[in-house]
Amino acid sequence: MTDTSHPVPGAAKRRSLLDTLEIDTRLLGMIGAFLVLCIVFNVFTDGRFLTPRNVFNLTIQTVSVAIMATGMVFIIVTRHIDLSVGALLATCSAVMAMMQTAILPDVIGLPLGHPMIWVLAAITGMLTGTLIGAFHGWLVGYLSIPAFIVTLGGLLVWRNVAWYLTNGQTIGPLDPTFLIFGGTNGTLGETWSWIVGAIAAAAAVAILFQSRRKKSAHGFPVKPMWAEVTISGIVVAAIMGFVATLNAYEIPSRRLERMFEDRGEIMPEGFTASYGMPISVLLLIIVAIGMTVIAQRTRLGRYIFATGGNPDAAELSGINTRMLTVKVFALMGALCALSAIVASARLSNHSNDIGTLDELRVIAAAVIGGTALAGGLGTIYGAILGALIMQSLQSGMAMVGVDAPLQNIVVGAVLVAAVLIDIIYRKRTGAKI
Amino acid sequence: MTTPLVEMRDISISFGGIKAVDHVSVDLYPGEVVGLLGHNGAGKSTLIKVLSGAYKADSGKIFINGEEATINSPRDARRYNVETIYQTLALADNLDAASNLFLGRELVTPFGLVDDGQMEAETRKIMARLNPNFQKFAEPVSALSGGQRQSVAIARAVYFNAKILIMDEPTAALGPQETKMVAELIQELKKQGLGIFLISHDIHDVMDLCDRVSVMKNGQLVGTERVEDVTDDDILGMIILGKKPGQAA
Ligand SMILES: Nc1ncnc2c1ncn2[C@@H]1O[C@H](COP(=O)(O)OP(=O)(O)OP(=O)(O)O)[C@@H](O)[C@H]1O
Ligand SMILES: [Mg+2]
Repeated sequence: MTDTSHPVPGAAKRRSLLDTLEIDTRLLGMIGAFLVLCIVFNVFTDGRFLTPRNVFNLTIQTVSVAIMATGMVFIIVTRHIDLSVGALLATCSAVMAMMQTAILPDVIGLPLGHPMIWVLAAITGMLTGTLIGAFHGWLVGYLSIPAFIVTLGGLLVWRNVAWYLTNGQTIGPLDPTFLIFGGTNGTLGETWSWIVGAIAAAAAVAILFQSRRKKSAHGFPVKPMWAEVTISGIVVAAIMGFVATLNAYEIPSRRLERMFEDRGEIMPEGFTASYGMPISVLLLIIVAIGMTVIAQRTRLGRYIFATGGNPDAAELSGINTRMLTVKVFALMGALCALSAIVASARLSNHSNDIGTLDELRVIAAAVIGGTALAGGLGTIYGAILGALIMQSLQSGMAMVGVDAPLQNIVVGAVLVAAVLIDIIYRKRTGAKI
Repeated sequence: MTTPLVEMRDISISFGGIKAVDHVSVDLYPGEVVGLLGHNGAGKSTLIKVLSGAYKADSGKIFINGEEATINSPRDARRYNVETIYQTLALADNLDAASNLFLGRELVTPFGLVDDGQMEAETRKIMARLNPNFQKFAEPVSALSGGQRQSVAIARAVYFNAKILIMDEPTAALGPQETKMVAELIQELKKQGLGIFLISHDIHDVMDLCDRVSVMKNGQLVGTERVEDVTDDDILGMIILGKKPGQAA
């Protein structure tokens, strides 16, 4: 085309810098969009958007949708869809709430607050989610009912199973230990947050250099050392910056006083403490790492992407694509249950409308994060970033004082625009899918 | 007489009303190349897909080394050391060459994780033999040319020590040099004692490379001939008119 004959001065150099760093330009674009969003909201809220307090709240609000979005990546990559995740979350939440407040104390006879209550409730919830997901997968994979239909039916069924189980009532309060997964009620505190951050940073750098060592061992080309060091530097700075921000949010002194009172002590004058990293965020990080490992380093992940790229080829390569569908939906179900733990713990009870419209948020997060509905393409980190962008947009507009209907109009438009930009980007970079 | 490596006996399969393969029997001996010829839609691909496990025959039997074989899936076929280069290539476009080559048979590290480095190294080795110009190891195969994609499919079939190799139009997209390399590869594999079914529309290729040819028309077997016994025109007559050499039209 014409632009090859008239190269823009500097363009070649810039491109080669990105090439040398081997940074995914799409990821860069998303991070850029996210930063712009943050800055714009920060300006319009007079600096309230980027306070440690709001960053803290934003992250705990994102966790539930982000966890499910990682599972939705696999679903969409295999050319399916799951419209039932919000309803499934509600059913799992209802089951777990009933375990904690009724079944375990009354039927099994465990005293309220017994340390096994949250464990048994969580296990039951995870089992429920996994089994329902596997059932969906079986209907899709073995009976060849389109996933759209199975999960559209599932949306109605599980939303109302939850209602039926609880008679539509709010169930709570939940077990106090269970609540630590909700966010504010369970954080690592300053020291542990730093330790977790340091471990994460060290692990990230170790992985980068490990993969470099492997590449050179096979004699493949590697990036220059300075590029490797630059990327490591950025990664470490990002992780530690995130931890520092979370650590900067101090627990309100009223709340601290109450915590001391509960222990029968009096708060020393001038005492302060930080929330640090919420356990729910730690949970999300673990899910993200686990799902990324599955996607990139396991046979299961390889088969998921192969099946999405060409189902016939996968089948002819001896992959059991039906069973694969069951596994992918079962995994989605398990992640819905995990999100149900986080969501109900955050509310400290099970409410009848928990998870309503989450299916749309989750699908939007995955799609904004670069998962192609045609299948075969998507990343876990993209989906999480997508969830973060959606949540920032929503809470940012609420803080600015945008009317509720307008908020949803904007979110809807952004979803469509994001996909359009993605299509244009992929055409430009010459990718077929 | 040695036992045939493969014997497909009286195979039939139909799709809806169409008899795609109609009571066809073919066989293949070790170190032999058998050409499958026929017009478009004659049933060649369908017949070999029964052997590769992609389709299940409605009736008929398959014998491998004289013993009846049950092939219900591509996995079963691989267990009998049947490897196939499909006409459609059967590549996952979004994955790179190495991932495609090892699809379903990934090399893993001691922790059970896929070993991409090792797989790429092996892929580089075999591609150096098959198509030395091939350099696109990091790109998804959707970014490859038709011939490069075909090379990947060929590499996949020969890498895993096949005993029975099915090649469904393996050189359709290849340039002259690459086609020549595939011809040499076929000769080499033949020397190693493999049996090869070769489907091709190029009669010269077939006459050069094959020991025998089986011709199909409208799902039925017209006949099987040794190439030294027939001329190109005889073969053409079999393909177009469905008549055996020496038989009046
Ligand atoms: N999956 C299928 N479903 C329905 N009909 C099919 C299917 N596969 C093949 N057929 C039909 O079976 C017949 C044989 O097809 P086949 O692909 O075996 O032909 P072929 O000899 O390989 O032709 P070509 O030279 O064009 O590759 C055709 O009439 C085709 O339409
Ligand atoms: Mg064919």
